[in-house]
Amino acid sequence: MDVGLLLSEIILAGAAGGLLLAEAFVPRLAKRRGMLLLATMSLVASAIVLVPRAGATATSFSGAFIVDGFTVYFKLLLLAATFLVLLGSGRFLDEVEDRQAESIALVLLATAALMLLVSATELITLYISLEMAGLSFAFLAAWHKHSDRSIEAGLKFFLLNALSSAVLLYGMAILYGITGETQLDAIAGNLASAPTPALLLSVSFLLAGFGFKVSAVPFQMWTPDVYEGAPTPITAYLSVASKAAGFAIVIRVLQTALPSAQQEWMTLVALLAAVTMTVGNVVALIQTNIKRMLAYSTIAQAGYILVGIAAGTDQGLAAVLFYLAAYTATNLAAFTAVIEISGRTNSERIADFAGLHQRSPWLAFALAVSLLSLAGLPPLAGFFAKIYVFWAAIQSGLVWLVLLGVLNSAISLYYYAQVIHDMYMVPGREAAPTRAMPPLAAALTITVVGVFGLGILSSFFMGAAEAAARTLSQ
Amino acid sequence: MDAVLNLAIWLPLAGAILIAVVPGADRAARWIAALVSGTVLVLAVLLLLDFRTAITLAASFVREGILGQPPSSSFPHFVTHIPWIPQLGASYAVGLDGLSLPLFALNALLVFLAVLVSWNTTLRVREYFALLLVLETAVSGVFASLDLLLFFLFWELELAPMFLLIGIWGGARREYAAMKFILYTVSGSALMLLGILLLYLSGPQRTFDLQTLSAQAYPAAMQSIVWLLLFVGFAVKLPVFPLHTWLPDAHTEAPTAISVLLAGILLKMGGYGILRLNLGILPDATQQFSTLIAALAAISIVYGAVVAMMQSDLKRLIANSSVSHMGYVLLGASALTPIALQGAIFQLVSHGLITGLLFVMVGLVYDRTHTREIPALGGLARRMPFIATFFVVAGLASLGLPGMAGFVAEFLVFLGAFPVHAVATVAGVATIVLTAGYLLWTLERVFFGPERSQWERLTDATPLEAVTVGVFVAVIVGLGVYPALLTDIVLPSVSPLAARLAG
Repeated sequence: MDVGLLLSEIILAGAAGGLLLAEAFVPRLAKRRGMLLLATMSLVASAIVLVPRAGATATSFSGAFIVDGFTVYFKLLLLAATFLVLLGSGRFLDEVEDRQAESIALVLLATAALMLLVSATELITLYISLEMAGLSFAFLAAWHKHSDRSIEAGLKFFLLNALSSAVLLYGMAILYGITGETQLDAIAGNLASAPTPALLLSVSFLLAGFGFKVSAVPFQMWTPDVYEGAPTPITAYLSVASKAAGFAIVIRVLQTALPSAQQEWMTLVALLAAVTMTVGNVVALIQTNIKRMLAYSTIAQAGYILVGIAAGTDQGLAAVLFYLAAYTATNLAAFTAVIEISGRTNSERIADFAGLHQRSPWLAFALAVSLLSLAGLPPLAGFFAKIYVFWAAIQSGLVWLVLLGVLNSAISLYYYAQVIHDMYMVPGREAAPTRAMPPLAAALTITVVGVFGLGILSSFFMGAAEAAARTLSQ
Repeated sequence: MDAVLNLAIWLPLAGAILIAVVPGADRAARWIAALVSGTVLVLAVLLLLDFRTAITLAASFVREGILGQPPSSSFPHFVTHIPWIPQLGASYAVGLDGLSLPLFALNALLVFLAVLVSWNTTLRVREYFALLLVLETAVSGVFASLDLLLFFLFWELELAPMFLLIGIWGGARREYAAMKFILYTVSGSALMLLGILLLYLSGPQRTFDLQTLSAQAYPAAMQSIVWLLLFVGFAVKLPVFPLHTWLPDAHTEAPTAISVLLAGILLKMGGYGILRLNLGILPDATQQFSTLIAALAAISIVYGAVVAMMQSDLKRLIANSSVSHMGYVLLGASALTPIALQGAIFQLVSHGLITGLLFVMVGLVYDRTHTREIPALGGLARRMPFIATFFVVAGLASLGLPGMAGFVAEFLVFLGAFPVHAVATVAGVATIVLTAGYLLWTLERVFFGPERSQWERLTDATPLEAVTVGVFVAVIVGLGVYPALLTDIVLPSVSPLAARLAG
């Protein structure tokens, strides 16, 4: 048994524990800069440990835990996302001054949990890491303890997460009942070649449970409320990290455990994709709060990602992996800009973004670029992500789904362009331009460069995604 | 020369970035824009000369019997080919042929003139000129792309700058017009994207390379579907009735220079797309839908003219006349004969110049009178003889007076289309009378008749304005008197296209 495989998770958990201890026993040392430095160092160390593992597949804990190209791809994505979220969380840490160490520690623990989830190849490990991440998120969402909306968000997330976990557990139980196994590959081996009604029931429950985690319609109800109520950096984190890990495990379970029901789950996922992108986009049209609008936008994005999974091919998987990287950069750019903008104006109403181009041209530009990328305009990351996904789906014969997808992108431009309209075309109140905190400005620059880079050099990143997807299908 | 082409495409973007990062005066932005767009114009002229020399040389070789076939005149010149996304088979591939070169040069000319026209802009000057230059790169890229994915990328790249240009610097209903513009275009291009992906998959070879795509055969059913999807995308842009309703709003609300570019060059992207993709890649489906195109063309021609006649806003009138004039392009494309296709391209270029000039003239009048309502104007000729004279020249060019570019274009279209689609051609010819009617009537009401007291203090064109107008008129008359300037370039690319469509 090779515990070393878990080193990257252990580093993060250790850093989280260290932060808590330091705050309790040597509060003098627990200054924010030092804590962020420790957190960053743990993220970097974790990444350094991971990179050499990308080449080969290794398992540990009797095959319950796997490290391969696929998991390394996702873990690096998670680490990068966590790093960028921490950079942008200065204002949030100011507001929770007496609980800074706990905030950072919880974010690190959630990351460790998501990384465990990505590596899980056994139902119980999978379930436990999912719960660990879910609990961390429930706390973080409710972190503004004097804000009713934040507490509501935390409670809502906690309850609905528990409900969806129950559904997921039920699906797992049926799967275990059919096969007598909890190992994903052993399950595949024990399944009959033709799907039975019990298996279909199990697949439906699993998809419903996972649908909650990645906010696919009709399991998305919690998303707008939680996204709106939670502190914005936590929303940003939830919208990228939790979603990426959620998709990783959906892919892992469908690909490894359920190849015998592939036709069935491809149909179900295609339907989920169609409903998810359509509902997400249509409801986003009428939002007036930027965080709610972005919440529906992430639902729609989940729909496009599901299109790639519905393709059911290696190309589709690679496209999904690329999409998640592009989406992570883009959504983090958008949320980081929103953190700064709404922090200054103390308002999350889109109408209050009026005239932003005068007050802070760079923030307005960054938000505009990320929104155009979400809408899928070239030469930005979102454009190529959509091209790859649609390209894979159309090769699997899902022409109707791609038609719906392209029409949805056209619809989505309306609400994205509306924000750009407000920022650039509506005169706003005069206000002295202010400077963003350097870490946040750095996070914004990195993500905006990422949005351009992942677009123009998409071939390079797609190559990495293809390599990662291949390790899964081998 | 391929370096020249790449420079001409990317220099404007570099200029835009320069304007964005160099802090400071609006003056600098203005001069950078003029310098960059002027350089691009010079580069485009160089490309034109080089291309012309090459094809006349080839033609003379054929005449002398040294060569059996003109070797490369139908193939793109100035080609750059760099693998870009090997996974998809997409490359950075650019080059120009007789179909794209005239439009590429037109873009260079119009952007330069647009910079001159907007020289006195005072609102958010740096952003304005930066966006104008981004637009130039996008449109140049559309015409120069030899790769379908690259074509689509440039096609979409144009959206955001144009959205902002209309929405920030436009007239009273600018925000509505900008939103309508972007939603119409993006809906069309969404269907176009699906068409492109289907096209990519239905051919024997998985590639986005335009030349390969144009050389291979596709299953008949797939051809029709792809053809329709692409056509809808281009028909929104051209525009074709009934997908035209964004145009009057966008053209009317946009500032003068942007109206010039919208009518002068953005509509041409639609016409170019139809010629290059629908006709060039899917000949069988084109033949199948030939009557449909002719019918839509006739409806657009007549409908645009009738609606134009009813307008009281000068800009709206010209905008609607564009719908009518673009119908002639479609009519030329529907006939599938070399002459009609030449006419279609000639019409794309001449309409770009003539309508561009008309919008400039309206802009000059509006700058002085602050109204575009025809009934409110009148007798302006006495106060501004230069503007009146050249407005009349532009009007005559637009109604197809011989000796100017518009006449040649319409004549070629009619000549080529009559044997194939007689009814549609007759409708097109008859509409000329309507066009002459509303244009002359408008000119009369605006410039002649009793002079009004409130217009007594008006001044005529400034030297800069006169130069701008003069350039337009020179090119319009030049092409009208000596059409071979353009047709020589176009013909070698049109002949193989028509041959493929016929066979």
